[in-house]
Amino acid sequence: MKLINTLPEVFEEFNEQRKNSFITALEMKEKGIPFVGVFCTYLPQEIPLAMGASVVGLCSMSGETIPDAEKDLPRNLCPLVKSSYGFAKTDKCPYFYFSDLIVGETTCDGKKKMYEMLSEFKPVYVMELPNSQSPDALELWKKEVVKFKEKLESHFGVTITDEQVRRAARVKNAERAALREFYELMKLKPAPMLGQDLYKVLYGATFKFDKEAIPGEIHALVERIKAEYEAGGEDSPRVKLAGRPRILVTGSPIGGVTEKVIRALEDNGAQVVVFENCSGAKAVDEDVDAEAPDIYEALARRYLNIGCSCMSPNPNRIKLMGRLIDDYQVDAVVDVILQACHTYNVETYKIRRFVTEEKGIPYLSLETDYSTSDIGQLNTRMAAFVEML
Amino acid sequence: MLTLGIDCGSTTTKGVLLDGDSIVETAILPTSARPRERMAELYGRLYRPEVECTVTTGYGRALLPQADRQVTEITCHARGAAALSPGIGCVVDIGGQDCKAILLDRGGFVVDFAMNDKCAAGTGRFIEMMCRILDCSLDEVDEFVRDRRPVEITSMCTVFAESEIISLLAEGHERGDIALGVVRSICRRTAYFAQRLSPAGEVFFSGGLARFEAFRSALEEFIGLPVRTSELSQFAGALGAARIGQKKRPAASAG
Ligand code: SF4
Ligand code: SF4
Repeated sequence: MKLINTLPEVFEEFNEQRKNSFITALEMKEKGIPFVGVFCTYLPQEIPLAMGASVVGLCSMSGETIPDAEKDLPRNLCPLVKSSYGFAKTDKCPYFYFSDLIVGETTCDGKKKMYEMLSEFKPVYVMELPNSQSPDALELWKKEVVKFKEKLESHFGVTITDEQVRRAARVKNAERAALREFYELMKLKPAPMLGQDLYKVLYGATFKFDKEAIPGEIHALVERIKAEYEAGGEDSPRVKLAGRPRILVTGSPIGGVTEKVIRALEDNGAQVVVFENCSGAKAVDEDVDAEAPDIYEALARRYLNIGCSCMSPNPNRIKLMGRLIDDYQVDAVVDVILQACHTYNVETYKIRRFVTEEKGIPYLSLETDYSTSDIGQLNTRMAAFVEML
Repeated sequence: MLTLGIDCGSTTTKGVLLDGDSIVETAILPTSARPRERMAELYGRLYRPEVECTVTTGYGRALLPQADRQVTEITCHARGAAALSPGIGCVVDIGGQDCKAILLDRGGFVVDFAMNDKCAAGTGRFIEMMCRILDCSLDEVDEFVRDRRPVEITSMCTVFAESEIISLLAEGHERGDIALGVVRSICRRTAYFAQRLSPAGEVFFSGGLARFEAFRSALEEFIGLPVRTSELSQFAGALGAARIGQKKRPAASAG
């Protein structure tokens, strides 16, 4: 194992992974490996992986293309939707450009309607995601998973066998297990790293296309962090990060510019220990039963279980959050809502009640977008919240 | 023990020199576009060599190099208000560019807060706009609206409210009636905003507008709880900062 890089350098490398993988993606394309672009955690990545395709996340995290998007879309729309559309339209994101097929789901209204527009100039396939988790919903979603497989077969002229899907499920399970092993390091008190660094790794890992290599790499990183933590000394996180209030971050997906929230919290003396949202536990908490008699049903079950606010009701978010609050000794919860994200915004009411009444810890929700204009206020708000803890 | 608290807000910069429980001196300056200079000036005016700790707050809190600690205006307003009016359960502050509501526990510590910093409609800026158009000086606002019949202002946004006021004038409404309408509209918005925290007990009204009875009584009406102010309301943030300076905690968690 190379030990030439310091831990901060390793974190930075993960941070740059999205960009660094442009070249890898290009090389893969040249070798004829298909790319499937996705938007949402509900997508069963096992299916495209089973046919040897690469899966890449297209959720855009920068405000750069919003003005272009606003030529077609209303301004009062979630920045994630606008930015994603903008990148697709301007072809500024290479991953959009590389994607042979873009797959969306009927999640929130903004995304649904955006896919309709996107399909005018990109090959788009939309899976019909039910908005509840009832047995009927599972039935429908299972059919959708099978239909998605058939779509890939016809679109790319391949056959996908059950065995290939099972194999992909095992690979994904191993990846999820590795990522869990990594973020579970944060159960340590004091935590062994800042939430910003945790996030860099979780986000960067989604842009590593060799899924089978991920567990080894993450495991090495975990060992390294543990060793530095044990070693102690003045510079050890054990000393430097001691005494910080421990925060759980939940809400709309964050990343890119919205990391400003994590930074504002941590610059003001707090410590994010766990991400419940789509950049964290929501996406990797549960495995697929790869040995189930019906692998499609197993996939459907696993993915439908995700506790996103587009589900009604959405008990699984509360369940997962409750468990995380206990396991990570969380002192307070911060709910990050992207502007105009109605489902998460409405849900703040229930989440606040759950966090403050049932869990008895402070809760703060805040609305933000992809601009940097609110950084001053954000800092004050986060500092005040931390002072209160 | 002598401590100094300086609150650099968007409109005014305030300072309090505190000796234990008694205020030795206060000072206030317009912030204008020079928060750094104003803080330095105020510091120069109030500082004595015996001062053991200087705490800054407000949006310009990072701009005074001599400060020992920086604490947010939320915490400072809460601490200052609890000192000025012991036993209160909530603080409402209408500042120059934002508005906040803070919920306190019995010990005067912050348990929850809400800030409206996205929109100027419930802030001092709205009043400045009104005074400009209606040609009334802020200091005279109480007399200006006394015994008036308020005209309802419906616009939610400062920019639209400005045109609404202009059309009301064109329709021949009295300036004082319109002004009272504006005062009530600000207080109504602020009260609704504060009610999201479900306040109980007495409310302390801090910030520059708290010295006007017109605002206090309208706020009380909409919030449905007794609203207290103090002659020193405007200094609540600076006083809170000075009090925080008395507890010589290490600056670890300071913003
Ligand atoms: S927040 Fe919901 S809709 Fe958005 S990516 Fe996550 S699961 Fe999908
Ligand atoms: S953040 Fe909310 S509004 Fe935006 S895409 Fe996700 S679910 Fe939809």
